[in-house]
Amino acid sequence: MNLHVAFLTFSVFITASSALYFHIGETEKKCFIEEIPDETMVVGNYKVEVFDRNVNDYVPTVYGLGMHVEIRDPEDKVVLSRVYAAEGRFTFTSHLAGEHIVCLYSNSTAWFSGGQQLRVHLDIQVGEHAVDYQQIQTKEKLTELQLRVRQLLDQVEQITKEQNYQRYREERFRQTSESTNQRVLWWSIAQTVILLITGFWQMKHLKSFFEAKKLV
Amino acid sequence: MDHLKYLACLVVLAINLDLSIGGELTFELPDNERECFFEPIEKGVKCTIEFQVITGGNYDVDMELMAPNGQILYKDVKKQYDSFTWTTDQKGVYQFCFSNEFSTFSHKTVYFDFQVGDEDPILDTENANAHHTAMTMMETSVYHIHEELKKVDDYQTHHRLREAQGRVFAEDVNERVLYWSMGQSIVILVIGIGQVLVLRSFFTDKR
Repeated sequence: MNLHVAFLTFSVFITASSALYFHIGETEKKCFIEEIPDETMVVGNYKVEVFDRNVNDYVPTVYGLGMHVEIRDPEDKVVLSRVYAAEGRFTFTSHLAGEHIVCLYSNSTAWFSGGQQLRVHLDIQVGEHAVDYQQIQTKEKLTELQLRVRQLLDQVEQITKEQNYQRYREERFRQTSESTNQRVLWWSIAQTVILLITGFWQMKHLKSFFEAKKLV
Repeated sequence: MDHLKYLACLVVLAINLDLSIGGELTFELPDNERECFFEPIEKGVKCTIEFQVITGGNYDVDMELMAPNGQILYKDVKKQYDSFTWTTDQKGVYQFCFSNEFSTFSHKTVYFDFQVGDEDPILDTENANAHHTAMTMMETSVYHIHEELKKVDDYQTHHRLREAQGRVFAEDVNERVLYWSMGQSIVILVIGIGQVLVLRSFFTDKR
């Protein structure tokens, strides 16, 4: 019994420490961009450790250090803005297709930027990668084959969404190109007209100026 | 009761192993900066690091991959896209760094995909009823479809990045055309009026 508990606890630690990590300052903000179609689920797992000078290594935070997670949608509107614990998981589902920006920063109240170094483990999963199939299997009591087919269905659905989004992006690209084309055309015409008008005005003005000065 | 505990243990193990290691991230690298990422990896694991610069400047970045013992596995400067596969020969923390220190004013958006080992096969309690029997035709087909769909997903990602690159550049050009045209028009007007004023001053008696 004790062995089981120990194993469970140990395995949790194995997981949390094997993700990709990077270092940030205590007051620094780190942002990541996720370009995703709409109605796509994004799950992020993170863990924060603080550099302990006594041990000369990164240790899990003991005091109340939390991570502020802020997610903005393509229209720069804040979708999620919450302070989580030092180790946690955030989830959001996109309602707009486009570039979502996920920002992480600690909620420490240090004033100067030379604060402690933090080690942040981060893992962001998008779409069907974010689905917990274990949970689905136990909840809906599926056989292994059914679960695998379910995974295939999710994958295909994600591919379809991405293709749809791709069509919208291509349309935007085309619109931008056409807009550039129009702008180049009209501004060239406008500049030529301005040049001609300026030229005529100059000559007219100088003529009347010289006539007034009785030089002509 | 024991059975339940065993099941709970497996569930937790499955959940833990379900958390894939490595990762795919897109981040902005400001000019004159260097960003490093670390990953602890076991020995004998086949890993792949793939990166691509999406926006910014000349679409190039320096990349350096270092093993735990300090040995540089991969180092290249001003690359737009590259992919590197290696098998780890030691256990430890591998780090890879992207550097934009050669650029003075263009910040870059960099995408990287770091894959460690194979995809986690744990989809369900395979531990409990491990495949003692060979997979049926159906299961084999499903597995193949899954692998192919993963490739489709990979191609889509690459396509999305290439498209984003083109699109961002096109939007940049669009904006620049507007501002430069406006600027040029103002310059024409200013010079036109300025010329006349200067000429007038030549012929005006200075008291």
